[in-house]
Amino acid sequence: MEFDLEFALEAVGPLLMAFLQVTLVVTVAGSVIAALLGLIWAVGQRELPTPIRMVLTWVLDVIRMTPLPLQLLFAVAIFISFDGYRRFPETDVETIGMILGVAVFSVHYSTYMAESYRAGIESIGRGQWEAATALSLPRIRVWRAVIIPQALRATLPSLGNWAIAMFKDTPFLLVILVPEMVAKAKQLGGASYQYTEVFTVAGLIFLAASYPTAVLMRKLEKKLVY
Amino acid sequence: MEDVAKRFGKNTVLDGLNFTVERGERVTLIGPSGSGKTTILRLLMTLEELSGGYIYVDGDPLTYAKRGNRRVKLPNKEVTRIRKRIGMVFQQFNLFPNMTVCENIIEAPVHVLGQSKEEARAKAVDLLDQVGLRDKIDAHPSSLSGGQQQRVAIARALAMEPEILLLDEVTSALDPELVGDVLEVLREVARETDITMLLVTHEMQFAQDVSHRVLMFDEGRVIEEAKPEVMFNNPEHERTKQFLQAIL
Repeated sequence: MEFDLEFALEAVGPLLMAFLQVTLVVTVAGSVIAALLGLIWAVGQRELPTPIRMVLTWVLDVIRMTPLPLQLLFAVAIFISFDGYRRFPETDVETIGMILGVAVFSVHYSTYMAESYRAGIESIGRGQWEAATALSLPRIRVWRAVIIPQALRATLPSLGNWAIAMFKDTPFLLVILVPEMVAKAKQLGGASYQYTEVFTVAGLIFLAASYPTAVLMRKLEKKLVY
Repeated sequence: MEDVAKRFGKNTVLDGLNFTVERGERVTLIGPSGSGKTTILRLLMTLEELSGGYIYVDGDPLTYAKRGNRRVKLPNKEVTRIRKRIGMVFQQFNLFPNMTVCENIIEAPVHVLGQSKEEARAKAVDLLDQVGLRDKIDAHPSSLSGGQQQRVAIARALAMEPEILLLDEVTSALDPELVGDVLEVLREVARETDITMLLVTHEMQFAQDVSHRVLMFDEGRVIEEAKPEVMFNNPEHERTKQFLQAIL
């Protein structure tokens, strides 16, 4: 079997298109929302009254310990066609798929990010909390001005790694028929049974995007040390 | 302090402790490690939960109040209202490393006392002049020596205009050659202001120079109490003699 270079080059355009329109959008939106949610969970786990905190911890564990593709299918079942009927016949399926995709990816990865934040928060010495108490700073101010900025420094590299992991998980979107890059590659290859070329191109696009990001994160990590 | 008790688990650090510090008085607490002197400062700063008894600041209960013969915990708001009158300087400085020197100093005046940033910064400049670090106003704590960091921490505590200042072994973490500057700053504070001070220190000369009274602690109790000249030169209690001999 030969590698059809011409066919591969032809696939670059449409695959790049799918990459920009779906993969990148889901990754960027998902990472930002997951980073915010993760912070909320982590702070909640320190500030909420015990019973609520226990429920939160349990829910986060459940989400972290079930597979992402299953969660995607589950979300579709609930929000699109629980009983065979489409809930939002007016909106097109791709848009709903994208929204659900971003939502599920955000929530799923927020549970991991919460753990990273937690480690970052725990790495801050007791003296910082005590100094804040001695100055009578309001609790919200202690979080905003003292704890979160310092925790973020310790957490940022690990958040970056979760974002890259999320990026590499985007092909799972094909289980809910969102036309992301790998699904597109499968479709292009299927027309002529030439899968090697298209999957190679898709793989290279992934690599070209995630490798520089990983290097950048490593540099950032070094810069963030006090 | 009235009948103050502090237990960590089964370990009783303070039990039935009573003492009073007058307004404007400077009192040094001495004693072997584990005798409870730092715990007293931490209880006053509300960094530790009071296990028993009451602490009053100017007649107002700090964390627990007597209601009839019940001991009730005061709400946070009430505690904060009184705690604002107390400042503390720590052994490990505990400056906020993510803020500049100026930001460290104005953080509480702006967000607790409600001063404007300009007003607070002007005061910060004055305070930094006082501690000899005016040129470091926009530096980050990590670029300062331990002695400089501790002087910034003193300025930060003073920026809240406390009526009571707690100094917890403020020179213990410093290299010997940096101790002098910090103590000089504190001597000046003692000379120029009428802030009530409670100090825990091993710098006996300094304690003698600034304090009106010295309390010797052992196993959570005050075993001897005297003016510094008397305490350091002519202590009564055998335990005090031993302790002073060991550290001088």
